[in-house]
Amino acid sequence: MTYVLRAHRLGKRYRQRWVLSDCTLDIPAGHIVGLVGPNGAGKTTLLSLVSGMLSPTAGTIEVCGGRPGSGAAQLAKVGFVAQDTPTYARLTVAEHLRLGAKLNPRWDDALARDRIRRLGLDPAQRAEKLSGGQRAQLALTLGIAKRPELLVLDEPVAALDPLARREFLGDLMESVVEHGLSVLLSSHVVSDVERVCDYLVALVASRVRLAGEVDTLLATHHRLTGARRDPSRLPAGQEVITVSHTERQTTLLVRADTPVHDPTWTVSQPGLEDLVLAYLTRPAMSGTDRSALEVAR
Amino acid sequence: MIWLTWRQSRGPVAVVAAALAVLAAVLAITVAGLSQLANTTSGTAFLNGLTSLDSTLYTVGAAAVLAVPGLVGVFWGAPLITRELEAGTHRLVWNQGVTRTRWLATKLGCTGLLAMAAAGLTSLLVTWWAGPIDTAVDGTTATVGFYFPQMFPVLFDTRGIVPVGYAAFAFTLGVTIGVFVRNTLPAMAATLGAYLAVQVAVPLWLRPNLMAPVTTTTPITMQNMLNITGNSLNVASPAPGAWIIAQHTVDTAGNQVGMPSWFDGCLGTSNVGACVGRLTSLGYRQVVDYQPASRFWTFQWYELTIYLALALVLGGFCAWWVRRRVS
Repeated sequence: MTYVLRAHRLGKRYRQRWVLSDCTLDIPAGHIVGLVGPNGAGKTTLLSLVSGMLSPTAGTIEVCGGRPGSGAAQLAKVGFVAQDTPTYARLTVAEHLRLGAKLNPRWDDALARDRIRRLGLDPAQRAEKLSGGQRAQLALTLGIAKRPELLVLDEPVAALDPLARREFLGDLMESVVEHGLSVLLSSHVVSDVERVCDYLVALVASRVRLAGEVDTLLATHHRLTGARRDPSRLPAGQEVITVSHTERQTTLLVRADTPVHDPTWTVSQPGLEDLVLAYLTRPAMSGTDRSALEVAR
Repeated sequence: MIWLTWRQSRGPVAVVAAALAVLAAVLAITVAGLSQLANTTSGTAFLNGLTSLDSTLYTVGAAAVLAVPGLVGVFWGAPLITRELEAGTHRLVWNQGVTRTRWLATKLGCTGLLAMAAAGLTSLLVTWWAGPIDTAVDGTTATVGFYFPQMFPVLFDTRGIVPVGYAAFAFTLGVTIGVFVRNTLPAMAATLGAYLAVQVAVPLWLRPNLMAPVTTTTPITMQNMLNITGNSLNVASPAPGAWIIAQHTVDTAGNQVGMPSWFDGCLGTSNVGACVGRLTSLGYRQVVDYQPASRFWTFQWYELTIYLALALVLGGFCAWWVRRRVS
């Protein structure tokens, strides 16, 4: 299997603070990977490490088979659209395309021109006169026409209104299907990720909390509802992610590789958003202190 | 990459090119009168024959050569990378298929060469135009008007090849300060301050020591005596076009002394000539350390080398910094 991203115990420290720690990931090629997490979880740091904008403090990282930032060949393989989709304010749309053509060995000029025309951008317009959505599209065009193996997008839709957001992601999907590239995009809006991604990585407080194919994640998580009881007496193989009690009822989100057949539970399928939120709110803990926490409740 | 560098720098380059063209035109028009005067007269007579327009252009030309490296450092150097960091566009350009090192090398190389060319051209123009004046000034020990020998500190900076070195240094200094300060306007101000400090320090402390000065002992006469400040007496340059580093008065035995105690009283009662005559007859002489005019080109090459080396060090630092430090 070819991997688009392999990280082993990857970490990044700024002065005394670890903004990313102990990050181990193996993401196969061909996915649209959503990286979710609250603000400050380390998403941008991880993406910067992937693109080679930063170098790691600890661990190893391999992107498309090479070390990020190792040279022109590696740069050609990875496209990166940074947060706030920076463009040169004084350069026109056409000049941005020229920039892309001059600086990228695998540049697809026909694709870039076609995209710009389809998006209705005026080639003679300066980037400073474009709307936020148009600027994002211009930056994305540069990223796609570069013909990378992996396209990394850091919060590409954060500055866009809901309609522009939908258009941008739809357009991204089309390009991915058309050119068969892998995509790694971050967002703090799970619904955006849900719409386009088939692989998910959740980052909380500088650590990877959840990673896997979306279908697998959904198939192995179950919401159990039933009469109130102590959740610590679940069978082995069912890991409790979150617990909530009402006076008479207990609702659990559990992770289990096999279906739950206990008839005292009503079993339902959580949505991706619920699943992600459960992991984002769950405090980091190991097996032993989990029960301690339950007792405290 | 060269295209992008040119696209980003063409505005400021055009401004400097336009200013240079104006200067060139003015100097080309006025050079005829100057050379005509040089053909008919020479020496101090030539200098006295210069019009006030010539005198003004002499000063303006020198000011232009002084200004170009500073301007280039402040307006080309400081914003070069800082503006990218401010706008976040470094994250765009560093993720194209060109390594950061090549990106920096092209930007520093191309824009830096343009900066050096601008300073070199200005100096070439002004050195050519002022040639007759410089020759006349360097050929006499007398001081006429507001014209100075080429070895003199400020004028030395405006002739020959050193402006090329200054421009390279000022430009890389601006870039370096820019990546440190990460804020264009403060970086521009800091660049100007740092560059001026270096340009004041070098003629004060470094340049006089590039070569051991020539030391000569001359009699004190009414002709060469310049002034008396406090207890020390100063004489004019013993060699035409020389730059005096230091001078002091010695007695018959060769010991460094101040003015004898009777001298002040003498000046009060009899004429200066009689007092100076009495000094000379008592064996007082003046010891002068100076850099002769013949060393002009040696000093130019030395200083050019020093500034180019500094520019290379700063450029290397920028390369290291861009590779390692920035995110």
